Amino acid sequence: MSIRELTCIGCPLGCALTVTLEETANGVEVTDVTGNTCPKGAIYARKEVTNPTRIVTSTVRVSGGTAAMVNVKTASDIPKSKIFDCVEALKGVEIAAPVQIGDVVLANVAGTGVNIIAARSIAKN
Amino acid sequence: MMQYDLVIVGGGPAGLAAAVAAKDHGVDSILIIERDKELGGILNQCIHNGFGLHTFKEELTGPEYASRFIDQVLERGIEYKLNTMVMDISADKTVVAMNREDGMIEIKAKAIILAMGCRERSRGALNIPGYRPAGIYSAGTAQRLVNMEGYMPGKEVVILGSGDIGLIMARRMTLEGAKVKVVAELMPYSGGLKRNIVQCLDDFDIPLKLSHTVVDIEGKNRVEAVTIAEVGPDRKPIPGTEIRYTCDTLLLSCGLIPENELSKSAGVALNPITSGPIVGDNLETNIDGIFACGNVLHVHDLVDYVSQEATTAGKNAALYVQNGAAADAKTVEIVPEGGVRYTVPKFIRPTEMEDNLTVRFRVGDVYKNMAIATYYDDELINKRKRPVMAPGEMEQVILSKKKLAEYPDLTKITIRIEEV
Amino acid sequence: MYDVAIIGAGVIGSAIARELSKFNANICVIEKEEDVCNGTSKANSAIIHAGFDATPGSLKAKLNVRGNEMMDSLSKELDIPFTRNGSLVVCTKDQDRNGLVELLEKGAANGVPGLQIIEREELIKMEPNLSDDVTCALFAPTGGIVCPFHMTMAFAENACTNGVSFYLNTKVTDLQKCADGYVIKTLHTDTNTEEIYEAKVVINAAGVYADVLNNMVSSRKLHITARKGEYCLLDKDAGTHVTKTIFQLPSKMGKGVLVSPTVHGNLLVGPTAIDVEDKESLNTTQDGLASLALTSSLSVKNVPMRQVITSFAGLRAHEDGNDFVIGEAPDAKGFVNVAGIESPGLSSAPAIGEMVAGLVKDMLALTEKAEFVGTRKGILNPAALSIEERNALIADCPAYGNIICRCEMISEGEILDAIHRPLGARSLDGVKRRTRAGMGRCQAGFCSPRTMEILERELPLTMYDIGKNGTGSAIVIGKNKEI
Repeated sequence: MSIRELTCIGCPLGCALTVTLEETANGVEVTDVTGNTCPKGAIYARKEVTNPTRIVTSTVRVSGGTAAMVNVKTASDIPKSKIFDCVEALKGVEIAAPVQIGDVVLANVAGTGVNIIAARSIAKN
Repeated sequence: MMQYDLVIVGGGPAGLAAAVAAKDHGVDSILIIERDKELGGILNQCIHNGFGLHTFKEELTGPEYASRFIDQVLERGIEYKLNTMVMDISADKTVVAMNREDGMIEIKAKAIILAMGCRERSRGALNIPGYRPAGIYSAGTAQRLVNMEGYMPGKEVVILGSGDIGLIMARRMTLEGAKVKVVAELMPYSGGLKRNIVQCLDDFDIPLKLSHTVVDIEGKNRVEAVTIAEVGPDRKPIPGTEIRYTCDTLLLSCGLIPENELSKSAGVALNPITSGPIVGDNLETNIDGIFACGNVLHVHDLVDYVSQEATTAGKNAALYVQNGAAADAKTVEIVPEGGVRYTVPKFIRPTEMEDNLTVRFRVGDVYKNMAIATYYDDELINKRKRPVMAPGEMEQVILSKKKLAEYPDLTKITIRIEEV
Repeated sequence: MYDVAIIGAGVIGSAIARELSKFNANICVIEKEEDVCNGTSKANSAIIHAGFDATPGSLKAKLNVRGNEMMDSLSKELDIPFTRNGSLVVCTKDQDRNGLVELLEKGAANGVPGLQIIEREELIKMEPNLSDDVTCALFAPTGGIVCPFHMTMAFAENACTNGVSFYLNTKVTDLQKCADGYVIKTLHTDTNTEEIYEAKVVINAAGVYADVLNNMVSSRKLHITARKGEYCLLDKDAGTHVTKTIFQLPSKMGKGVLVSPTVHGNLLVGPTAIDVEDKESLNTTQDGLASLALTSSLSVKNVPMRQVITSFAGLRAHEDGNDFVIGEAPDAKGFVNVAGIESPGLSSAPAIGEMVAGLVKDMLALTEKAEFVGTRKGILNPAALSIEERNALIADCPAYGNIICRCEMISEGEILDAIHRPLGARSLDGVKRRTRAGMGRCQAGFCSPRTMEILERELPLTMYDIGKNGTGSAIVIGKNKEI
């Protein structure tokens, strides 16, 4: 049995979570979560110790638009361990205006199966 | 002279939500004046996600959150002027504004909503000793350079202040290729949200040094090193605790200051604690028909609350436009005590207020397992246990009009932090 | 070969250049920094002293009083922001008021007009925020405040208009006597290339480095100590805390600090005085800044130090002889020292210009230039215009309608003027000192990216070339993901 202390990031409350882990034949299993004030805390804790994920946001250059940069994000969360691969994949990416919110900027980023999408619209200059 | 029923100064999240609410409450003649080249305000440079959990039940980036409100403004055909600076506001509600196309214009308004936002505390205001080279930026300036212009201000970074923008920029700089060596925080607790400490610092093994401040900046042309030291309970550096970091960049995230220079010119009274206008439950200032919302009123940590507050301001400004000044009604002051630093609003009108009024405030220290107590005069009305409260996270109390009606002789409401 | 090479483009070098440009001569100014007004001239008390402080008969006394007199006409001719706000030297209850009487007598001997000692009752009506311990004060009605940046730039721009060449980013590395004058070896700090200039007469206006230059050619060694002074500048909200410049009567506690409004409406508190080894040591210190709050309270109460918007340090060039050293070095013909120009250097600058130009005129038998242009317009201050005038301006040049610095309300039009006028701005500080964009309460947080954009558009510079203040002070170092 092992214990991990986490801070829940589900909302600004930032509950201090205590997660109890058990080594089983199927790998590590969460047997208990305490300290959470809502169910989201328990879900977060289980995920964070077994398969932590993050939404990654960044920017890419836009050509011919009313702004130099467009901000982008992963359409859903990706494994935490892939954050830097994801940003690396965006290096040198440049898209042409116009850009619409939700446009796919890069498909299947870093082999995660998740697309990078535009998070704002940029009109043509 | 141009005439509008309602002029809104600022097209950021507060101004946008206020405009939408005023329009929805029947005011057609509205003008939003925005100094930047686009609507959305500072949200446009806040490209991280996490906005809008309360309002839209999803986590949006800043520009996405802004665009939802911009769309609402556009759908309603609300007028706005971009690249336009408000130069002056007078107590008679004449707004002087200027841009390239119109030159200097005077606009007579029936009501005004102040939604100018805030600025960052600068190195000068912090009185940090040392040289004055390039490489020292407020976190927001760096955020604009990186996120909107696409330029990196430096590659080895020390951050002073653990406000949210500083934490967010620690992650941004790291992801874009810089090395963030340390985040130093003067106070014994962080000024930012928990989730930002976890996701912006812990995820990238960036150390957070609480009770530390910058005591020296080296470098004549560009920053070459920054020295931090631990501070004692008096917040003065302790000799012998200095740690020197070689770096080319110092980011400052040491607090936000509401930008009320225009409010002052109009004669709006300010609260020295918030540096924002003193307002009642309808978010009206001491000047009839001038309302305030968003970070110009008090610094928020969640934009959702800004939008809610702005909606209230927009609605009340609409009532003012339609009905003129509210009839004189009894006011009751809200007194912050025992760890509560201030409240917005500062006073309420029990007969005129909304059925359920949200009073927002900040606490002055970190409190664990304490309670927020509300007193009507000396009678305890409500006590709500909070596992943790911190200065970086806004708290609230809801006041019920119905309940208040039972206390016709009430002289004051006290909100304080107490033992459970 | 130049007739005259002036080394140093501070207020002294610039004032000399302007005076010399009245004559038919081939003149250049050599400056190691990227802009004029980048040394002692940019960080001082911004005061035009009345002239009662210096020892009667000294150069300091003579030139201060003369310089003060010249400011009324100069400020009009060259459009220099200048106000005769008057000054007070206050005496507190622990001090000997004879100190004031001595100053009064010195002032009278120096020819300072209108000096009088004022008692507390009257004094407190003039300045209600004087400390409760103040008993009386010496009032000098001719004391004034000035913008040292604009003063220096006015001299330099006018000199430039009248044909003086300015070589910026050019650091003198060696001086050698030659047959007709001097060979001046320099290093261009931006390109790291050596360039050589020759001049019949060299004027040494090199501030804290004047001893180094003198000692290259003269055996009459000078020794200049850099004396650091730290200052705090307060928000315009605090700008009316006092209306006159408040000096402290020197005591065994030291020279004291001044509290003064600035010509732009801020409040200035300073300086400290500490001798330093390093002639580039422009850092502020914890102790220095802390001491300002304490010391200023001796003369002025309730100085709102919470409203500090910036602090800075300047270095005064103190020569061991304790007076200005002005004149041809006795053993180096054609080498004119203008050294040891510490306080009241700014006040004396116009008179120093006049004096040195007179010396050089005689040395080279210069003739007056018929086409000399004696006036210069500063950057327009749109805030001083009526709405109608301002609208006419914007209709003509829309950039004046576009506010870039929101704290000081500075428009793009003013910034464009700052960039394109003679000796125009090339850096953020260059723009700041000329227009005040970035000098307000947010300290350029909002406007610096926008000013950079304008500099990049208007000058042959990339974003990476745009510095805070010249070589090595870039604001951005690369593109995202590419550093």
